[in-house]
Amino acid sequence: MSGLHVIVLVKPVPDPACYDRVEIDPATGVLARQGMPSVLNPSDRHALEEALLLQERHGGRVTLISMTPESSAETLREALAMGGDEAVILSDRAFAGSDSLATSRVLAAGVAKVAPFDLVLAGNESADGGTVHVPSQVGELLDVAHLANVIRLEVDADGSVRTRTRIENGYMEVEGALPMVLGVRREINTPRYTSLMGVIASQGKPIRVYGSAELGIDGSRVGMEGSNMRPGKLSRPSYDRKGERLKGGPEEAVARIVGILRAEGVLG
Amino acid sequence: MTGDAKAPARRGAIWIVAEQAGERLAPVSLEILGQALRMARAAGGCEVDAVLIGNDAAGPASALAAAGAEKVFLADDPRLSPYQNDTHGAVLTRLIAREGPDVVLFGASACGEELAPTVAARLDTGLGAHCTDLDVGTDGLLMMGVLGFGGRVHTEMFCPAKRPQMASVKPGMFQPPPRAEREGTVVREDVAGLLAGAKIRLRAVAAVRVEPEGGPLEGAEVVVAGGFGIGGKEPWALLEELARELSGAVGCTRPALDEGWTSGEHTMIGTSGRTVRPKVYLGFGISGSPHHTVGIKDAGIIVSVNSDPHAPVFDSSDYCVVSDFRKIVPALVREIRKVKGGGSAAPSPASA
Repeated sequence: MSGLHVIVLVKPVPDPACYDRVEIDPATGVLARQGMPSVLNPSDRHALEEALLLQERHGGRVTLISMTPESSAETLREALAMGGDEAVILSDRAFAGSDSLATSRVLAAGVAKVAPFDLVLAGNESADGGTVHVPSQVGELLDVAHLANVIRLEVDADGSVRTRTRIENGYMEVEGALPMVLGVRREINTPRYTSLMGVIASQGKPIRVYGSAELGIDGSRVGMEGSNMRPGKLSRPSYDRKGERLKGGPEEAVARIVGILRAEGVLG
Repeated sequence: MTGDAKAPARRGAIWIVAEQAGERLAPVSLEILGQALRMARAAGGCEVDAVLIGNDAAGPASALAAAGAEKVFLADDPRLSPYQNDTHGAVLTRLIAREGPDVVLFGASACGEELAPTVAARLDTGLGAHCTDLDVGTDGLLMMGVLGFGGRVHTEMFCPAKRPQMASVKPGMFQPPPRAEREGTVVREDVAGLLAGAKIRLRAVAAVRVEPEGGPLEGAEVVVAGGFGIGGKEPWALLEELARELSGAVGCTRPALDEGWTSGEHTMIGTSGRTVRPKVYLGFGISGSPHHTVGIKDAGIIVSVNSDPHAPVFDSSDYCVVSDFRKIVPALVREIRKVKGGGSAAPSPASA
């Protein structure tokens, strides 16, 4: 095997640190995200790190693919500064409003466009939507083996793959062979910091942009029209309770808490 | 079932995809069965069936039938354990195609969150992820409530044009069914037939489960939780001591987990962790982001201790203590020991 072609699916998302700024427009019922900066989806950093580790071990190249508006090129540039050889943006008005399966159709078409590939890595879930659907659905659409929740990955020179995936209170060991699509969890590695050299190098790396025509996508199979899921009402859930402040010092507070525990029958 | 000519025409069934956890059912399987039965009643009485795919699964299959599933489609075969998406995906896709249920519900376990999108893609249908509420109208349309942006936004999702309507459900969201009025039947499936011609590209070598220390969070009557404000592994031990005194479980927020103060991922409460419903929840050093709050919204009583009087957590608490947890927790442990010491000498009113 002369090097691997690893594709990493990445997504610019609104910065999770700014989620308190998400509002719902009371007049239109539409989500407003004013002034929220975009960052690379946190678990995608782990996917990219794993791709770079494989590249260091086996050689080959790393391609980043993102379904995102062209205006997100800066976030992609940041990902290129971490590593990777080139980036591909899949951007078309026809893609807007895609549910997870329609999104996976676009991403699978992007992967097919830059094929042949050995491995597709993706962050297990996005910070904003968090469906955990994309790794499995891209795998299905490309008709290759796929796994989500990957926390350990070993790829041998002969293309055999050993993985560990997270399950409740434990893990599973699953084996297979390239090609594969894997969704990785944050436990898999610690992403590297971006170096100044990386930032400089990223300026020279190509970012290609493909729309539905270049990808050969049927417009009725993507976007709102091609999505099986339809959003209905948006609301802001309230978790408010009475919020009674217990007066006095720590001793009084402790006495009140003990009283509450006794009244609820959970003490001894 | 008796043939009643007056019975209304049956709509398509609601299915739940059950999951084995060792020799038993995974708790989330009974939770989604409970909700399926409630929805079926509300929608005017459609059939609720279960699918169980595994090995040596007769016991859990009977448990599903006893809990109110009308039919339990059981695919029981050594090739189906441990779980693996190629095998389980093939079996489930073929059963759904054959029987045509209207709704299929999955537990959003690690396996469920892989199996559900796999099958949805094969059937080209819609899938709601990690739903926190579900409702089915008399028109048969399933409302799937999902939370986005770390619990800040609730969206109603629908799959109007494709069938089945599929959803995965976060563990801890629904109550298991009450005692069933009648027992369903277990239908043993021809596994060889269901697997014939399926592409099996992966080999699940082992499933290793390590029971977590202490009791499980989901079943605990008292949850003692800590956040970033605890500040270190050493003070974290105070929370563990308090939980031990109360025979409760210790939970945490994402930042406390990231700092490595807790015993692991299984202790995290919130959107990407566990959902708890204890009688009493005691939170210390927790700021109160919606990520965490959504996981405790069904707690009986929420008591929060935080030295910051403006901590958002106080809005979503019943009782608020503005104080350093280091002043509260040791005193609380001492007081509880005192009460328990006294309590053991005299019988409690409940046991009298």
